Amino acid sequence: MEKFRLVTAAFAISLAALALALFTQLLTSSLPAVERFGLTFLFDTIWDPVMEVFGALPFVYGTLVTSLIALLIAVPLSIGAAVFLTQYVPTRTSYLLSFLIEIIAAIPSVVIGLWGIFVLIPFMRDPLGTFLVECLGFIPLFQGPVFGPSIMTGAIILAIMIIPIITSITKDAINTTPELQREGLVALGSTRWEVITKIILPYARPGIIGGVMLGLGRAVGETMAITMVIGNTPSIPASLLAPGDTLASVIANQFSEATSAIHTSALIELGLILFVITVVINICARLILRREVARE
Amino acid sequence: MSSEIEIEDLNAWFGEKHVLKDVSMEMEKNRITAIIGPSGCGKTTLIRCINRMHETVPEARVEGRILLNELDVYQEDPVSIRSRIGMVFQRPNPFPTMSVSENAVAGLKLRGTRDRSVLAEKAKEVLMAVGLWDEVRNELNKPGTSLSGGQQQRLCIARALAVEPEVILMDEPCSALDPVSTMRIEDLIYRLRENYTIIIVTHNMQQAARISDRTAFLYMGELIEYGPTKRLFEKPENELTERYISGRFG
Ligand SMILES: Nc1ncnc2c1ncn2[C@@H]1O[C@H](COP(=O)(O)OP(=O)(O)O)[C@@H](O)[C@H]1O
Ligand SMILES: [Mg+2]
Repeated sequence: MEKFRLVTAAFAISLAALALALFTQLLTSSLPAVERFGLTFLFDTIWDPVMEVFGALPFVYGTLVTSLIALLIAVPLSIGAAVFLTQYVPTRTSYLLSFLIEIIAAIPSVVIGLWGIFVLIPFMRDPLGTFLVECLGFIPLFQGPVFGPSIMTGAIILAIMIIPIITSITKDAINTTPELQREGLVALGSTRWEVITKIILPYARPGIIGGVMLGLGRAVGETMAITMVIGNTPSIPASLLAPGDTLASVIANQFSEATSAIHTSALIELGLILFVITVVINICARLILRREVARE
Repeated sequence: MSSEIEIEDLNAWFGEKHVLKDVSMEMEKNRITAIIGPSGCGKTTLIRCINRMHETVPEARVEGRILLNELDVYQEDPVSIRSRIGMVFQRPNPFPTMSVSENAVAGLKLRGTRDRSVLAEKAKEVLMAVGLWDEVRNELNKPGTSLSGGQQQRLCIARALAVEPEVILMDEPCSALDPVSTMRIEDLIYRLRENYTIIIVTHNMQQAARISDRTAFLYMGELIEYGPTKRLFEKPENELTERYISGRFG
């Protein structure tokens, strides 16, 4: 037993050490860029490898905005789907539909990216983009001209990719609602909608938040699919319908072609920023969940 | 106001499983009707058909008629039926996110009452009706789940009373409680018959004998015998009933 404990302790410690080593590795490799650009790296909006001007802001912006819009699209859809699948359809249908939704999560990122190029981008160009410009064009966020590859396209791809995980976690959370509570409210003469909003969703809340955070983590780190549809343009456009770029995408795109040492170092510093963002999201998720559990 | 219930040729299923077979009986107003029978005989299902809770279970099915004062329950909106026929469950189930007083008037809030003083007034009224007011008057803002088991069950009865139902269904309301709490709830049920029609499922024959006016004996989904409680316990007409109440069963 004692031996077993030692072995597991060794595993746990080496995993923690691995995370730490990864972090220090990122840190030392990005040191040249950190030393040369300092804090301006974070706020500079120009990324020009030829002129050796490196600013991370367009990518930080692209990562955060695409992830945020993806959440805005995915969270209501996922919660709606989970409520529908658990409350409104017979078990067998629900099983089948859930399976289809979960399959999306199993599709390789690059395949989703291909779908994005051949289906979503043309769709974005014609009905959706023009429609958004016509209806909401007065808001700068939806100004024309319409490009196919854009921040919005990237966000939609991300949303599609995180819907399965949020839906499935929300479903599990909903299914933990005690039957006795649900029936208590039904027997008082409540509608199905009241049962959903007053018992089921409050009960499932911590689980839903956990699922959303996981989805957000996934969206922030997603690389391949979004790289293929976002347009890879290091800028901060006013319109969501214009191309942009993300931290993960630019690293994937430029790392193998980086010729100067400072370019490589700057890309690694972007990796460091991405790492920090995901860690912060994880910490927030934990804090929120702990508070939710404490409220019970 | 209290109402009578009439059940005609009721059949109920869980999937392929036929759990109630041609049950016909009527429950008189302002009376306590007890339903007894061995576990699994369909007692719970029978009362859950009355307020249309049975059909909320996937694959569950009902046939037959149930009349509430001549109104066909199965032709009405189930939500409105459930507000006229209250239910108390086998295990106390106050809502954990609501305080004692919020629990008591949860049903009123559902029906759109927002006025704080009306709600507080009603909470006091129903908590008094179930004999809980003096015990919890200083704990009205604590979670409903912080009370003892017996208090929680009385809170659940109060919650059912607050929506002013005509009939109250109780599914073994004392089975999770200690003898003292059981006594208090029996007293309470007995007093409630003045204003409500009460149908209580119990596995405890002494309880049925103590509080009910009429008793129905169910066995394997069939209504074997139904009559005045005293007569049924003293001179059962059916041999199965006789064997069940004398404890010579299974
Ligand atoms: N949710 C359910 N799904 C399938 N069968 C059930 C379900 N609930 C009860 N049953 C079955 O229906 C029969 C009657 O159950 P019930 O009405 O709960 O009996 P009682 O309350 O008399 O113990 C039992 O055989 C039981 O196994
Ligand atoms: Mg039962």
